[in-house]
Amino acid sequence: MADRFAALLLLFAFVLPVSVSPAQAASAPAPVMVGSPAPPFTRPGLDGKPVALKSYRGKVVLVDFWASWCPPCIIEIPQLIGLQKKHAGQLQVIGVSMDDDAASARDVAGRFPFNYPLLMGDAKFGHLYGGILGLPSAFLIGRDGRIVKILRGELKPGELDRAIQSALSS
Amino acid sequence: MHRRAFTGSLLSLIVAAPAMAQSGSAPTIPEEALIQPVVLADILKKGNPPPLLQVGFSVMYTEAHIPGSIYAGPTGTEAGIEKLKIAVQGFDKAKPVVIYCGCCPWVRCPNVAGAYKTLTGLGFTQIQVLYIADNFGADWADKGYPVAHG
Repeated sequence: MADRFAALLLLFAFVLPVSVSPAQAASAPAPVMVGSPAPPFTRPGLDGKPVALKSYRGKVVLVDFWASWCPPCIIEIPQLIGLQKKHAGQLQVIGVSMDDDAASARDVAGRFPFNYPLLMGDAKFGHLYGGILGLPSAFLIGRDGRIVKILRGELKPGELDRAIQSALSS
Repeated sequence: MHRRAFTGSLLSLIVAAPAMAQSGSAPTIPEEALIQPVVLADILKKGNPPPLLQVGFSVMYTEAHIPGSIYAGPTGTEAGIEKLKIAVQGFDKAKPVVIYCGCCPWVRCPNVAGAYKTLTGLGFTQIQVLYIADNFGADWADKGYPVAHG
């Protein structure tokens, strides 16, 4: 009887998990909406320093999901650098690379005069923000830590400026 | 100020150019090779779909992909092209095969054109490319079509 129980235990421990594909095992991400608290995160930046969302509480934060392979993301980088400079002290841009490897992100990091932190994202990070199923995607977070705007796809002229101005003045 | 903005945009385009140039542009794919999301979703619903290959980026695939699709990318790179060639070994070249990406807007996609060109070169005659206008989220997942994670 004990042997049978042990055999069953082994079956559950080793055989059954193997039969579950990763696709079946992973679940759908919880939706992230305007008005909801921004999901907290702390991750090492590309420069090695930790980047914690909570450390920017009181500022308007723009979490920008980008990748080296995403042409519109690259085109938007100078605009983000300009906005960070213009609103220094009140706005914090954080760039989250969704590249498959850090080398590609570092390559882009070396080509622009970034004045905001960059960190590596992954599928888990994407899930944290409701699923990043296309780039560019950005989340504008108000001073109270709540999401005030979600920007998906290529930015329209003035769209981000207006959203940031609105978040800064509220 | 305008000159600075122009210089910034120019620099961005130069940096972004390699990603666009490696595989050509998605709009070069013949229209008759395109399959609309609603049509593919219907095929999936009926069951027994053709082989499906996600030729984009692995982080995006892990986040969400069409159930049953195989990861074979990113075909905007030489390494991804080789992965695709390995993935289709043993496939019947006379039967339909569907490729898709959805990483970014169709006109900017760095992957699907390279995958289409590769499969054409290998002799596949019924390549269907899923037309994703904006991205996989907006044009597939948000429409309620089936998605797998992991």
